[in-house]
Amino acid sequence: MALTKQEWVALEQKANELRNLCLDTTHWAGSGHIGGGMSCMDILTILYFKYMQVDPANPNWPDRDRLVLSKGHAGIAWAPVLVSKGFNDAEQLKTFNLTGSKMGMHLDSNKVLGVDASTGSLGHGLPIAVGTALAARVQGKKFWTYCIMGDGECDEGEIWEGAMSAAHFGVTNLVCFVDRNDCMIDGKTEDVMALEPFADKWRAFGFIVKEVDGQNINELAEAIDFAHANETNQPVLILANTVKGAGVANIEGDYRWHYGAMDEASYQQGKDSLESYYQARLARAEKEGK
Amino acid sequence: MASGLTYTAVDSTALSTAEYYGKTMVELGAEHPEIVALTADLAKSTKIGMFGDAYPERFFNVGIAEQNMMSMAAGMAKAGLVPFVSTFSVFAALRAADQVHADICYQNCDVKIIATHGGTSFGQAGSTHHAIVDFAVERAFPNMTLICPADGMETVNAVRAAYENPGPFYIRINRGFDRVVYDSTDYGFQLGKAQEMRPGTDITVIAVGSCVFQACQAADFLKNSDGLSVRVLNMHTLKPLDVEAVQKAILDTRRVITVEDHNIIGGLGSAVAEVMADMGKGCAFQRLGWQDSFSTIGLHEDLMSLAGIDSNGIIAAVREVMKKDFELDDDWEDEV
Repeated sequence: MALTKQEWVALEQKANELRNLCLDTTHWAGSGHIGGGMSCMDILTILYFKYMQVDPANPNWPDRDRLVLSKGHAGIAWAPVLVSKGFNDAEQLKTFNLTGSKMGMHLDSNKVLGVDASTGSLGHGLPIAVGTALAARVQGKKFWTYCIMGDGECDEGEIWEGAMSAAHFGVTNLVCFVDRNDCMIDGKTEDVMALEPFADKWRAFGFIVKEVDGQNINELAEAIDFAHANETNQPVLILANTVKGAGVANIEGDYRWHYGAMDEASYQQGKDSLESYYQARLARAEKEGK
Repeated sequence: MASGLTYTAVDSTALSTAEYYGKTMVELGAEHPEIVALTADLAKSTKIGMFGDAYPERFFNVGIAEQNMMSMAAGMAKAGLVPFVSTFSVFAALRAADQVHADICYQNCDVKIIATHGGTSFGQAGSTHHAIVDFAVERAFPNMTLICPADGMETVNAVRAAYENPGPFYIRINRGFDRVVYDSTDYGFQLGKAQEMRPGTDITVIAVGSCVFQACQAADFLKNSDGLSVRVLNMHTLKPLDVEAVQKAILDTRRVITVEDHNIIGGLGSAVAEVMADMGKGCAFQRLGWQDSFSTIGLHEDLMSLAGIDSNGIIAAVREVMKKDFELDDDWEDEV
């Protein structure tokens, strides 16, 4: 087991708290990228609350680990994480997306503490992360760079340019994730622009691929441990099979919830389902954890 | 500035403009370990490979992937390095425009784009390899500083200025050899300040890049043949523009011509016209450049002639503009 039962349960608690905060933020903002936010919440949770060496009191600490959220529209999930970690004031979530707010749909690295790269234009994040990881090499620093991509954005050619670079330069101080929720704005990825055989594509581009259940914190931990222990010169991609809108029963798996507005009733329905989702997840951790 | 350089008049004819850039990068690299360099399969063509030969561990050739290169440079800059990035101007400005916009300019990253083969200097390669809209694109990016040096010596100064001043830079230089405008680097280059190449009271020719030499030639010719006093300004920094020098030219000479190896839309001509419009002062005015048309295949000097941005074209334009009427005084009531 990558995690002790105690760690697993604690991370489940944190992930639940963050899922709720993400849903609340969507509610306060009136709308948001709730589907793709929820699908990568477990990845964000385990990175910030188990692995990443960061210092909220010194957000520009040169030796900190970095995260590039290539699927920048998941800012509505990342912002609550950065608040919970202590980078930013929780009150900022209540003005998310509002005119003049520091925080909005795509987080700005010059405005939101803890954000290492402004993203939003899809396909840019992996190359940015490759650059950051290579900077560590040039500077002789030991920090890790993490990159979370969406599956839909892998239609962008720049993702594959970045993938070639990561493999060519042997960038192994980088851990990549694809949040494989199977959805994009106009439909299922396989209907709009087929990605499969997706894992094979990454392998062909020189990556070692670890395929996991992206809503299983222990599996994610095992994959990250694997990437950290990687002694080859090939970069690791964690292909995280996820569910769009994970935990919010009334939107789960529905591609139309890439972005949406929630009325009071669906918000309450969502909150209720998050609780039952959490109980099921806790039960799994209790059962499978050691 | 630019202390310790040893370039001479002999070098100015022996080195191409890009070789000045390459040599300057080798010098800067020795002084500053945080400088890294990236190219997209154009190490030799852009001369950034000279940096790579000297500091291979700080050099990244990403293959033919300009978008990736710009994003990687942004990632490096966010982690504290100062990346210099080189490819052809047309690809730096257009192929990777979204990356320069979102990753470099929006984040205000310390990335220096040295874009070679500018304007129509890649002559025979034709319009796919000519950059005649890059000024328009780069000028519109917030945070961007835009320079187009007149020759090799000025390129040395521009590249050093880019290192010394934080934030994104786009420096457009030409392929091959430029006609020599400056025989040393020690002529008082100031970022954002136009250089008066010729004093004059009848008309002002505001030129940039390879057109500066041509404008000086035209001014010298017109002085002897037509008895005209032609002021020539080298507007090496297109952004931030030396608004004061433009305003002074408008007020002093009331006749202005702009010359650039660029479309007349969005570049130097447009920038000067904006100053003029903001001032509200009438002025006889003409923009020389590509007249909203694509270039063609040919030698750079022939293309400059075709576009009317060589000395002959400038002479003809000056004679034409000298015949034009303009507002003589500040009294607008007498105008129809």
